Amino acid sequence: MGVLDQQRDYVLRTVEERGVRLIRLWFTDILGNLKSFAISPAELENALEDGMTFDGSSIDGFSRIQESDVLAIPDPNTFEVLPWGDPKATEARVFCDIHHLDGTPFHGDPRGVLRRQLDAARELGYTFYVAPDIEFFYFAPPERGHAPVPLDEGGFFDLTTTDVAGSLRKQTIRTLETMSIPVEYSFHEDAPSQHEIDLRHTDALTMADSIMTFRLVVKEVAAANGVHATFMPKPLEGVQGSGMHVHLSLFEGEENAFYAADDPNNLSLVAKSFMAGLLRHAAEITAITNQTVNSYKRLVPGFEAPVHISWARNNRSGLIRVPIPKRGNPYATRLEYRSADPACNPYLAFAVMLAAGMQGVKEGYELPPEADANLFEMSDADLGKLGIDQLPQSLSDSLKVMERSSLVQDALGDHIFEWFLRNKRSEWRAYKTHVSAFEIDRYLRAL
Amino acid sequence: MDLVAVFPDPPPPEVARTLDLAGYKWHGVGGADDATRHEPANGWSGAVVAADADPDGAWALCRALRKRDAPVSPLLVLVNGSQLADLELRNDLFDDFCLTPFHPAEVEARLKHLFWRGGDGVRPELVEYSGLALNLETYQASIAGRPLDLTYMEYELLKFLAQHPGKVFTREMLLSRVWGYEYYGGARTVDVHIRRLRAKLGEEHANLIQTVRSVGYRFGQSRWGA
Repeated sequence: MGVLDQQRDYVLRTVEERGVRLIRLWFTDILGNLKSFAISPAELENALEDGMTFDGSSIDGFSRIQESDVLAIPDPNTFEVLPWGDPKATEARVFCDIHHLDGTPFHGDPRGVLRRQLDAARELGYTFYVAPDIEFFYFAPPERGHAPVPLDEGGFFDLTTTDVAGSLRKQTIRTLETMSIPVEYSFHEDAPSQHEIDLRHTDALTMADSIMTFRLVVKEVAAANGVHATFMPKPLEGVQGSGMHVHLSLFEGEENAFYAADDPNNLSLVAKSFMAGLLRHAAEITAITNQTVNSYKRLVPGFEAPVHISWARNNRSGLIRVPIPKRGNPYATRLEYRSADPACNPYLAFAVMLAAGMQGVKEGYELPPEADANLFEMSDADLGKLGIDQLPQSLSDSLKVMERSSLVQDALGDHIFEWFLRNKRSEWRAYKTHVSAFEIDRYLRAL
Repeated sequence: MDLVAVFPDPPPPEVARTLDLAGYKWHGVGGADDATRHEPANGWSGAVVAADADPDGAWALCRALRKRDAPVSPLLVLVNGSQLADLELRNDLFDDFCLTPFHPAEVEARLKHLFWRGGDGVRPELVEYSGLALNLETYQASIAGRPLDLTYMEYELLKFLAQHPGKVFTREMLLSRVWGYEYYGGARTVDVHIRRLRAKLGEEHANLIQTVRSVGYRFGQSRWGA
């Protein structure tokens, strides 16, 4: 049997032996929402062989009406029994790649976009590893028109009884571990009811799948306890928002391509030019890494979120941090890209990060000097002298930069590129017509 | 059941009929080159070689099928009474023989027994080590009686390690032996899967897989007690 046959056989036997009643086929729309349809075990063998046809026009941003049918082809490597639900009616899930009926990859599929970028990097001998630190909030179940209510007022690393959400986090981590998602650290963050879970690095495709699972698990566990979990980037004014810092590295076989023993910072040329690529194209990819109107309320000074396009070793005000590895471990040399937020589409976000970095590697971009001062305290004039720009200040700004980016267009493909711009421009227009409480408070009486 | 190579091509009608009735899928091969050309991707699952018409060609084929990295087995030769002497000093070239003219039921019974011995029969294979049990036939794993839900690659890695207890493997070795194909993960993917397996085995069993500093991984205790 070939490898694919063995994997299919493994899936079919496991379904039989574990009494799985329902298999959920998972895939992701362009905005990063998890989509799913379920099939019975009887249909599974056929699905693994030929895929399942479904109407793509029912998914936002997928196909146009006239070519609406697409195929979901399960990736048997991602088959996993779901650890929740009725033990007597076990369910399992498997991620799918989306193809046209003729078998060619469907260009509206974010998983396919990431696969293309990973293949391109692999052509050059590189494997792309990522490890995200994901922040989120727990709130009481939300009511329309009311401000979110935090569960506790605990501070950073608080271990008192006020940390009512601690047991939620514990249950979440246990569930993640049983779903092949290893957790590195978890803790209570700065803001009330804010939590962070750091995932251990994997290749980027596995990680993008893992983040889709992660967001579902966090929400499911919370909901089962009557709590609402949210990955909204800035749910509370005046406290820090939720980011998704992404630790990035490239490996060549067993060697970390970012590590150089003879460099004072242990950064290789590849690491430096990759970082230069990320910096030069940062503004272009921001609409993808920060895709909501709300994302830009997090990217403001004073809340540990980056505002300026700069890098430093241990300065958390810049866009990229180069963490100093424990005991100079060569495997741990990496870059931490700090602007993305957990409401992004992880497939597209990893794809454009890799595309930007690899552009730097291929073109041999020069790394600008390190910005180790606290950038929040510097004037615009001083920043200008250092050649340090700001990240786009709004969804509208970042869309304008993205629109002119051939790098992002190539990475996403025309289908997703155009649909994304259209969809997000209409989000911006809807936002622009909204009259906020800020405006009423400030202007109604005064003007 | 996978594909059985049958010599010569076409085989004697009674050989073809016997195999068909016994439910084997087979393909006629005219010689060593032919056997290579028609070999399925996962290899021949066995061979039946009728030697009476062309003994030289038959033994040349047997030699070609057996003298390679993954010898074809089981291999049944069919010889007539005057060829019994040919079997001497050729014990390594076949697993069993049958005299022609043969009784179809005998050939069928011998093949059934040979395939059972080779593990292609219905016998479930178990790998057990210190509370860990792997059923290689059903792909199911359990630790201390608790079923483990594993992804395919987690299962394959655990199976490989559990089949070689006490032996140290480097990441590259595990990658080539267990993954053995182009994979997005690269060599560090082994670490990722080991970490997942330990989490699924649970704290009290996580040390079944040990990290051997700056080398790789070992399953179970070292044979030298270290």
